[in-house]
Amino acid sequence: MAKEKKVINFMGRRKLAAAFSVILLIASVASLAINGLQFGLDFTGGTQIEVGYKQPANLNEVREQLSAAGFEGATVVFFGAETDVLIRLQRGFEPGLGDEILTALNRGAESDIELRRVEFVGPQVGEELRDEGGLGMLFALAVVMLYVAMRFQFKFSIGAVGALIHDVIIVLGFFSLLHIDFDLTVLAAVLAVIGYSLNDTIVVFDRIRENFRKLRGVTSLEVVNTSLSQTLDRTLITSGTTMLVLLALFYYGGEMIHGFATALLVGIVVGTYSSIYVASNILLSMDISKEDLMPPVKEGEEFEDVP
Amino acid sequence: MLNRYPLWKYLLVLIVAALGVIYSAPNLYAPDPAVQISGNSGATVIDERTLAMATKALDDAGIQYFGEESNGKSALLRLKDTEQQLAAKEAIQRSLGYNYVVALNLAPTTPEWLRSFGAEPMKLGLDLAGGVHFLLEVDTKSAVAKRLESSVDEMKSKLRTAKIRYQSVTLSDDNVVTAAFKTAELRDNADAELRSEFPTLLRESKDEPGRFLISLTMSEQAINEIEDYAVSQNLTTLRNRVNELGVSEPIVQRQGSNRVVVELPGVQDTAEAKRIIGKTANLEFRLEAKPSELVTRKEAFPFRSEMDQRRWGDAFLEKKLIISGDHVANAQSSFDSQTSQPQVNITLDSSGGTKMHRATRSNVGRRMGVLFIEYKTQMDYKLNEAGEQVAVPTQIIEKKIISLATIQSALGVQFRITGLDNTAEASELALLLRAGALAAPMYFVEERTIGPSLGAENIAVGVKSVQIGLGLVLIFMLVYYRVFGLAANIALALNLFLLVACMSLLGATLTLPGIAGIVLTVGMAVDANVLIFSRIREELANGMPPQSAINAGYDRAFTTILDANLTTLIVAVILYAIGSGPVQGFAVTLSIGILTSMFTAIVGTRALINLIYGGRKNLEKLWI
Repeated sequence: MAKEKKVINFMGRRKLAAAFSVILLIASVASLAINGLQFGLDFTGGTQIEVGYKQPANLNEVREQLSAAGFEGATVVFFGAETDVLIRLQRGFEPGLGDEILTALNRGAESDIELRRVEFVGPQVGEELRDEGGLGMLFALAVVMLYVAMRFQFKFSIGAVGALIHDVIIVLGFFSLLHIDFDLTVLAAVLAVIGYSLNDTIVVFDRIRENFRKLRGVTSLEVVNTSLSQTLDRTLITSGTTMLVLLALFYYGGEMIHGFATALLVGIVVGTYSSIYVASNILLSMDISKEDLMPPVKEGEEFEDVP
Repeated sequence: MLNRYPLWKYLLVLIVAALGVIYSAPNLYAPDPAVQISGNSGATVIDERTLAMATKALDDAGIQYFGEESNGKSALLRLKDTEQQLAAKEAIQRSLGYNYVVALNLAPTTPEWLRSFGAEPMKLGLDLAGGVHFLLEVDTKSAVAKRLESSVDEMKSKLRTAKIRYQSVTLSDDNVVTAAFKTAELRDNADAELRSEFPTLLRESKDEPGRFLISLTMSEQAINEIEDYAVSQNLTTLRNRVNELGVSEPIVQRQGSNRVVVELPGVQDTAEAKRIIGKTANLEFRLEAKPSELVTRKEAFPFRSEMDQRRWGDAFLEKKLIISGDHVANAQSSFDSQTSQPQVNITLDSSGGTKMHRATRSNVGRRMGVLFIEYKTQMDYKLNEAGEQVAVPTQIIEKKIISLATIQSALGVQFRITGLDNTAEASELALLLRAGALAAPMYFVEERTIGPSLGAENIAVGVKSVQIGLGLVLIFMLVYYRVFGLAANIALALNLFLLVACMSLLGATLTLPGIAGIVLTVGMAVDANVLIFSRIREELANGMPPQSAINAGYDRAFTTILDANLTTLIVAVILYAIGSGPVQGFAVTLSIGILTSMFTAIVGTRALINLIYGGRKNLEKLWI
């Protein structure tokens, strides 16, 4: 093991990183503006029915059967496997609907079809959820900003929240670009990304604060670089273990939390990147300096054990 | 220096670990599929005889069972496999008849010694157990409007009794009652009268050319009280209905200001569940209008039964209502003891009884009609500005007469409706009367049905991803941090036990997103250890002796861990506050996971490391 850790000049490429982030952000916002988000049933309201076949199903046949039975304009897609079919209907809900669909599909089919789930969400509920989700995200950002400003300093909270907004926009942009269904579990994942990315950023900030107080005669840029290098090990390992479990969830967790796992995987990659290149970058561009952290509240204790 | 914990800290870790294992253990025992028998009404006794009939029915049907038990109120029969559950239910139902409710159930198999600690397995959410989820919205606005309508009638009669002539008393759509008078003097008299009679209404006097007005509005507080009453009243009614279904562990909960969640785990017959819960009806008791009554004071309604409609055609009822369905406490069909004619016995609550008495004592010989009001939601699809199809819910209100009978004497808290054609009609009327006992109409805004096989599949994939995720992290930590990795792995396993134990103790419901939360916790719980260990490595690299490096690593990493975890906890709490059902499950798991992982990663690993390395005086090298 090396005696003295090498300091990597992360911030040397800060202009490049900033340009990269800006491009990603513009692409995301553009995609969100053009494609919008493909909201799932939770947010749009409507009716969706999942049926299970014994053999791989023929989607065209299913569509024909449905329109023959009077269910016009139904969206029919595979759900995870070729034996699972998800049907979305452009109409309201009646109690016997699931069974009606089953009868319609069973006509002509040899294999018996299983009704796996029926979901109906009233449009007003979906709308409320969208509003609440958006508000919740803003509220989470505000509280985080306040907390970081209290525990650290104002400039740090701008850095942290800037990184979070960056992450959220890019994850949303990713979902919009690839037309992945954005449902309630994905919203939960995006909020978890906020939590995760924040966790990462706080660890880096903690080290920056410590080094500003400890290191003498160095520039802010050097302090940031040293801190990032010292925490790099931890940043990569924690992101690594989290990625490992998320990959397990992505491949084995089933279709119902596929979106959730996807959002978190993207979020963790972006979050790890942003805690290095976005949060610290914002700090530097606001001319963070030793003086910003000076009123130390009995922080003398921290130096006691240093040999 | 040496790294030693005082004895109590080791003991603390040991006790917490033991508790974690004990309280998470019940989740390892898979429940038995079972059928549960209960009575249709509280008075039905379920004894050995009932049980014997049920077991005989199963024997005849060739269905294997075991562990049958009864406690006087209900009985439970365990079955070998889930596929026979439905067949068993039908066989028992047929043999016992419809005075009993037979429901599918899952019987826990927690061993006696664990139950003696009060250890119970976690409840499974609908996405794991299968079942139905309903979200109903209570139309609180109409409850307020209805209250104001009856206030308008009362005001008119109060003003008439006080001999104050009014031009009009009207209710506008935005719930403002306006009373108009010819002179200011009349208006002021009326104002005094109304002040004493309707103290909860806010009054405001206005002068218009030619008329003098009082506008009355309900205070925000009064509106809230009415809405609150309506929702809690409906909640009670819903609970009773759900109990009629005989489902084990149903959830009937208020959500937000005007919604009610109903969750019925394991219910297969969703149509039946929806039929019983979805009786979103209301009742109104009104006097039949005299033929001489003014057109503005009466309304024509059709009969609900087609036969009656053909026989009599529409009937006129007074606009003023005596009471509405929320005053009906109970309605039962029975037979008249003397004539053996079918009848329906109705019990009202006390305020309903008073109103009924006041309205009927001077109207003996007239007929009273019972209106059954159904609220149905119809979805219309329209194009919005963006050209997308959007669903617009429209509410249709159907009001039909279910009974029109002559008042024989002044009625009170208890009275009966006779003159019914047959028993079927009587029980139908009793059912409708009970169903209409809602304070305000409700309609379905959300429904989710999860098939039992999908639930089982979700459990399987959830468990699999936890196992694989955990396995990968364990291997990685062991390879990367060696002895310290081993300590972290033991702490991680302990964390999993504690997380499950806490969730079981709190009675939290495990959902698929909840399992995702557990998986994520596994990945993130090692973070604290990674922070500590990389700090120790760093200090070692800086030339610190091993024992001091361990101490410094734990010390310096602590504030970082605290800050990082607290902020994540804040986000998790917000997630809980804004989320519903599945998202809340995720938030709960995440929050508990953060707290337990802080304990295991800091105190737990420190105890282990202290045991392994702490006592060695001339420690040269750490396996890290």
